[in-house]
Amino acid sequence: MALELKNVSKRVGGETHIHDTNLAFEDGSFNIFLGATRSGKTTLMQLMAGIQKPSAGSIWHRGKDVTRVAVQQRNVSMVYQQFINYPMLSVFENIASPLRVIGMAEAEIRTRVGKAAEILRLSPMLNRKPSELSGGQQQRTAIARAIVKDSDLIFLDEPLANLDYKLREELREELPKLFSGRQAVVFYATTEPHEALLFGNKTLTLHEGKITQFGATAEIYRKPNSLTSAKVFSDPPINVAKVTKSGKKLRLAGSALTWPVSRKAAVLPDGDYSIGLHPHHVSPEKSAEADGTISGRVLVTEISGSESVVHFNVGGQTWVSQSHGVHPYKIGETATFHADIDHALFFDMAGKLVS
Amino acid sequence: MAKITIDNLRHSYMSLATRDEDFALKRVHLDWADGGAYALLGPSGCGKTTLLNLISGLLHPSEGRILFDDRDVSNDTPEKRNIAQVFQFPVIYDTMTVYDNLAFPLRNRGVDEAEIKKRVTDIAEMLELTSTLDKRAAGLTADGKQKISLGRGLVRSDVNVIMFDEPLTVIDPHLKWQLRSKLKELQHRIKRTMIYVTHDQTEALTFADQVVVMNNGEVVQTGTPIELFEKPKHTFVGHFIGSPGMNVLPCEVKGGKAFVEGHAVAADNVKSVSGGKLELGVRPEFVSFAKSGLPVDVVKVSDVGRYRVVDTRLGQLSVKLIVKEGDDIPSGKTHVAFDKSHTQIYSDNWLAGSAR
Repeated sequence: MALELKNVSKRVGGETHIHDTNLAFEDGSFNIFLGATRSGKTTLMQLMAGIQKPSAGSIWHRGKDVTRVAVQQRNVSMVYQQFINYPMLSVFENIASPLRVIGMAEAEIRTRVGKAAEILRLSPMLNRKPSELSGGQQQRTAIARAIVKDSDLIFLDEPLANLDYKLREELREELPKLFSGRQAVVFYATTEPHEALLFGNKTLTLHEGKITQFGATAEIYRKPNSLTSAKVFSDPPINVAKVTKSGKKLRLAGSALTWPVSRKAAVLPDGDYSIGLHPHHVSPEKSAEADGTISGRVLVTEISGSESVVHFNVGGQTWVSQSHGVHPYKIGETATFHADIDHALFFDMAGKLVS
Repeated sequence: MAKITIDNLRHSYMSLATRDEDFALKRVHLDWADGGAYALLGPSGCGKTTLLNLISGLLHPSEGRILFDDRDVSNDTPEKRNIAQVFQFPVIYDTMTVYDNLAFPLRNRGVDEAEIKKRVTDIAEMLELTSTLDKRAAGLTADGKQKISLGRGLVRSDVNVIMFDEPLTVIDPHLKWQLRSKLKELQHRIKRTMIYVTHDQTEALTFADQVVVMNNGEVVQTGTPIELFEKPKHTFVGHFIGSPGMNVLPCEVKGGKAFVEGHAVAADNVKSVSGGKLELGVRPEFVSFAKSGLPVDVVKVSDVGRYRVVDTRLGQLSVKLIVKEGDDIPSGKTHVAFDKSHTQIYSDNWLAGSAR
């Protein structure tokens, strides 16, 4: 394993920032840290980079204990949400700076900076100062600096968060290409489930300083091990309902509604469950064999041109339906939606996935 | 509340502007109805913030006028224009309670306490802030603070317009959904004229009834979210709206037919083409796999949950399509077809045959 965390935890004052954690990452892997603001993404990165020291446990790099090794002695690169460049240096010197530190020969520096600049489309701007660049170009400069040397670990902490939406889209396509074929372990922190899905690879979900799941991205999205992971990995927020299963029927808590049980969930013992339904599995039209109808008062409809997102109220709880096409519901009207029970996630009362 | 007219507005930050490119905002006309929800959408540097600052009076236009209910306000100070503004970062008084923060704009204008109480209570309830009214604002989370900023923008009933400048940029995605739908709900309830500035297409399209898309200091299209999605007037709109954006493919038109990489493609407006640089535009939502049609190679599939984005190569060109969760995706060589009613030809980037 390239990087291993053994029983690592971090406490600051009386507060636990990272709970007891065991993790292992392979060389050449692209790992996404997904979680809300303050869920522990940055702390975890800083522990792995050596910027913060763990309160307990050890960190191993290629079989060597590096827990007490300072960040300067480790071969790491970091890119932050805020664009950080040396304002007095040219773009060329900004990108070259980590190579100058290690005393690389000038010719080699020229080759490497030239290549990094080309990949990040900065070649025409190498003689400019960062202040003469747009936000996107400044962040590309910071990214170029992170890839110019052969770092063992590359940390990208919400690097696209301060950029324009469309620019983010472009860089999301380019970033994975930059790292493919490299030996480095790459870590990428984001608050956005959609971004994690676009990158694919592996995702680690975090909630309040705990790692709730780590595995193949699409797999976690479709089969979150817990209600917490499901909530971290759903945008718009996942719909959650308490149900009682008896035989082939589900009764919704606090209502007279009964829904059919899907074939997959039929094997579950009777009793109480929480079910999770992604918003695109609650739609204006019937789509599944096991179809659950639910009616509510429409709070608001958001139409993006290709999709409609309807927020509606059922017994004091907000439900969200996301569907293809234009469905212009009026605020306040009562509308009926269809829950696709075939795609419902069943969690036991402790929040663990059971089907 | 007021109807807003932007009449032949032009603005340059230079003292001696002559050429078109000297202008950060190149001649804009807009009519906004009283009580409407509008969005200004575009990338950094497109002129949307310049336009906002001209409306609020922070900038004075080089040319043209701004009218509120047909009254020229171009020379009025920001105070006199009577506008509420909400910014990207929460602007609140940490040491005051939530109640006092919300009451602040009203107290400033000498509204009596009984009326203040009524308005603050109403707004707090709509924004689900009632339980925090007695708490100090300092203890709230980022989204809680931004809710107060929104509340302060909404609490006055006498403003001509409420302007939002990227109000949700610093908010986490799951809270963004909540705040955005709350704001939209409020807009419908209180019927104030609202202008929402953003670079985020989702926010613009879901908030506004009419979206003004800007690029390089120009308005490229104004329309409903559906119009912008189904009939982009400019390739920029096609690219900027939609995720991924519209496929824009160089094409030729010969004998009343369009050809892409030598293959004939049916397009809705092919008869309106008269010349210029020709491109064919079709959104990934209107491309599907087919038994016959355009020969492509599947090169990449990105699974984004409810659908997958498939990247294919048609000769030298990249063609993207969107495939629903659960539908099959062929591998290697296959064919795609374009939905004719949503396939359009663009001439020098503008939709062929449409009035500019």
